[in-house]
Amino acid sequence: MGQVIIRDFDIPADDFLAAGEASSAVRKLLSQLGVAPDRIKRTAIAMYEAEINAVIHGHGGKAHVEIRGDKITIVISDKGPGIEDLELAMQEGYSTAPDSIREMGFGAGMGLPNIKKHADELVINTEKGKGTAVTITVYF
Amino acid sequence: MKISEIAALLNAEVYTENHDDVTDIRSACSADLMSDVMAFAKENALLLTGLVNPQVIRTAEMMEMKAIIFVRGKKPQQAMIELAEEKKIALLSTEFPLFEASGRLYQNGIRGHGF
Repeated sequence: MGQVIIRDFDIPADDFLAAGEASSAVRKLLSQLGVAPDRIKRTAIAMYEAEINAVIHGHGGKAHVEIRGDKITIVISDKGPGIEDLELAMQEGYSTAPDSIREMGFGAGMGLPNIKKHADELVINTEKGKGTAVTITVYF
Repeated sequence: MKISEIAALLNAEVYTENHDDVTDIRSACSADLMSDVMAFAKENALLLTGLVNPQVIRTAEMMEMKAIIFVRGKKPQQAMIELAEEKKIALLSTEFPLFEASGRLYQNGIRGHGF
């Protein structure tokens, strides 16, 4: 894969039917590019959890995806409230999600740990009151 | 087991038409928490859950699952059926509770992978 592929997606706020569309499109794209299935699954899971987070906590946001050479880099950014205590947020079971989110099958404090588990690299930039950017890299 | 055989075993209603009824399904995962499905489940083709919302279908898609069985008589809404048809994922509904439905499948050779 010599070429660089760039895709941008909007992640709409409070739209639980649409949540996951961006991850779904990226999954399909990687499949068309012939990426190994286990790499696709890792990418899809990490991106999907980040996308859900942007919907739950960030009032929606954007996904910027770059595929170059042997890796994919995904930046999910939102203008939400930011993460107050990142160390705490990385712990399994810690969550600030309301009950309405728990009813969706999320919000049990597994999102960020799940992203970390499936990404090869994870960088989180967050500022209280300004928003959060989650950068996920997966090597093929 | 094929999806049609699973449906017969669980006396389940099938809501989708555009799905794969050829593949021999050998593994399943039962959970209500979608993050757990993604954290722990590995190569399972079937998801049993009491949770009914579009994100269940998204989760199954990311995990490359072939079918979702809603337990305790829960039924998918129209928007979910359309999403599942698009993703070629079968949607079934059984009156059995999660434990009973899982047990019947296990007795018939379906196993869990991952965990």
